[in-house]
Amino acid sequence: MADAQLSPRNIPDRLQGRGARLLKSWEALLVIVAMAIFLGNSLASPYFLDPWNLSDATFNFTEKAMIAFAMALVIISGEIDLSVASIIALASTAMGYAVQLGFDTPALVAVGLGVGLLCGAVNGLLITGLGLPSIVVTIGTMSLFRGLAFIVLGDQAFTGYPSSFSWFGQGYVWWVFSFEFTLFLLLAVIYGVLLHKTNFGRAVYAIGNNQTAALFSGVRVGRVKFILFLMTGLMAGLASVCLTSRLGSTRPSIALGWELEVVTMVVLGGVSILGGSGTIPGVVLAALIMGMVTFGFGLLNVPGIVMSIFIGLLLISVIALPILWQHARRHFAH
Amino acid sequence: MKILKSLMVTAAVAVALMANAAHAENKKIALVVKALGIGFFEAANKGAQEAAKELGDVEVIYTGPTSTTAEGQIEVINSLIAQKVDAIAVSANDTDALVPALKKAMERGIKVISWDSGVAKEGRMMHLNPSSNALIGNMIIKLAADHLPEGGDVAVLSASATATNQNTWIAEMKKVQDNYKGINVVATVYGDDLADKSYRETQGLIQSHPNLKAIIAPTSVGIVAAAQAVTDAGKIGEINVTGLGLPSEMAGHVKSGASKSFAIWNPIDLGYSATMIAYDLINGAEAKPGAELKMGRMGSVKLDENNEGAMADPFVYDASNVEEFAKIF
Repeated sequence: MADAQLSPRNIPDRLQGRGARLLKSWEALLVIVAMAIFLGNSLASPYFLDPWNLSDATFNFTEKAMIAFAMALVIISGEIDLSVASIIALASTAMGYAVQLGFDTPALVAVGLGVGLLCGAVNGLLITGLGLPSIVVTIGTMSLFRGLAFIVLGDQAFTGYPSSFSWFGQGYVWWVFSFEFTLFLLLAVIYGVLLHKTNFGRAVYAIGNNQTAALFSGVRVGRVKFILFLMTGLMAGLASVCLTSRLGSTRPSIALGWELEVVTMVVLGGVSILGGSGTIPGVVLAALIMGMVTFGFGLLNVPGIVMSIFIGLLLISVIALPILWQHARRHFAH
Repeated sequence: MKILKSLMVTAAVAVALMANAAHAENKKIALVVKALGIGFFEAANKGAQEAAKELGDVEVIYTGPTSTTAEGQIEVINSLIAQKVDAIAVSANDTDALVPALKKAMERGIKVISWDSGVAKEGRMMHLNPSSNALIGNMIIKLAADHLPEGGDVAVLSASATATNQNTWIAEMKKVQDNYKGINVVATVYGDDLADKSYRETQGLIQSHPNLKAIIAPTSVGIVAAAQAVTDAGKIGEINVTGLGLPSEMAGHVKSGASKSFAIWNPIDLGYSATMIAYDLINGAEAKPGAELKMGRMGSVKLDENNEGAMADPFVYDASNVEEFAKIF
């Protein structure tokens, strides 16, 4: 019966014995991959090991990673949110509209975050209030939110953001540490503590492993899930503020296709797509890996499609490896 | 460790790529396109390589994102800045969103120009249009007149009545109409860039103007529909369809004779000219209103008050070259 315990659904975040070793080897694996990519890039291009170049490269992933933290919690709880990229578009459109009304930077940020929260609340209400499957609801709101942005903007663009607004996506806190990268580090700590050190985090794992059991154990499943969707919405709103600030303009096609890149980041970080297991350090490593791969290949002018293939192979390998390992163990046990 | 192995292979490939990279003294000009794998841009790259060969000390980096997004182009531009290229020539996915990234490039001493699809004024030194409204207006009526030595009635099939581009071109055409003796523009109809409406409007033209000798359609949807309507009415040889169209869509109609010739920009020339201009800027030429920048075999381009310039007349496609370009775009 030892075999059954190894299926992903039965692995909580911190285990004793074999499971723990398995989990440890996963993150160890990501560290090795990250170091190998870092080394490979440093050898391959003389431009890679430059603090400013590396700093520029962080913009490739920081916005997506902000959402990935919240998404990791949603996926661990056994749900998914595919509307995040569309929330970015709608929040950005709302900010662009607010600029036309003469709003200043603090108000713009409030609008961006507020629209994000509102969209998250819509998702959360439909999913927990009506009990609809999250994948269906968020595929629906994915079209809805971006559709609204398209109705407002059509083929036009909002520009004319105040110059102080550009700090969020283009400013630096200290030396090469951009505001976005600093925020990424800060959020990593906050989400790490939330998931691994609080009752709320335990509840998320409990729901992901067995929702009914969690309910009977006194976990307020609906409330926890609602908060998770609120958080994803808020993070998408935050990402929207950063991205809009970085681009200095809004078009309805902004952040097109990012939802899958965010999910890829989360899954590459070792979060089980079936729910119940995964860690924030894993997601942080995955974000760094994806950022370095994109930048490193970019420096060598490798076509983007080769990058996609590489990320795809990496994803499949990282997911397949523990399973192959499990098979091998079983094989040798007999 | 499968992954490590694949990483090592990647690293090896990467090192090999580096070893192949051209000599250090070469000027690096990056041709950034909307997305890789589009025939039009592959053709532009062909032109850029031709320019590099002609110049000798230029390495062209042909690159772009996998899908036509501004975010993808910004990642590409960031990596080009990191590589310290000498110039970036970009066909933009977004007029405004690329501006902050390109401004940063200019701050680091990189020459930035846009071509084909432009960037807002503050994000580039100059923009190269494939042609100008005046040149297009003149070209579309010239195409009709070339095959009508004795003159005759011609009609215009446009896109929608509010289409800015088409209205400008038709207005420019009417300015130079007197230069073409005997050419009489009898009607302008609107097909709204819909294939079926354009087809019906053409049928209407054929019926109401029995002496019609040519139809000018300055829209890629209209020209195909008009050629089809002329073919279906059995008027091939009597009515010549011309205007602006895509070689891949028009090749059949040129072969059948419904269209003797038509025009559109030549992407090879565009890539060639963009590279030449970038090279001129690297060598100290200044992009300012009134300046003339060198474009090699394409002559030179004069910049207007917005630092924009037009490359040339639209390129004419006929039976002699349409097949070759139909493979490209």
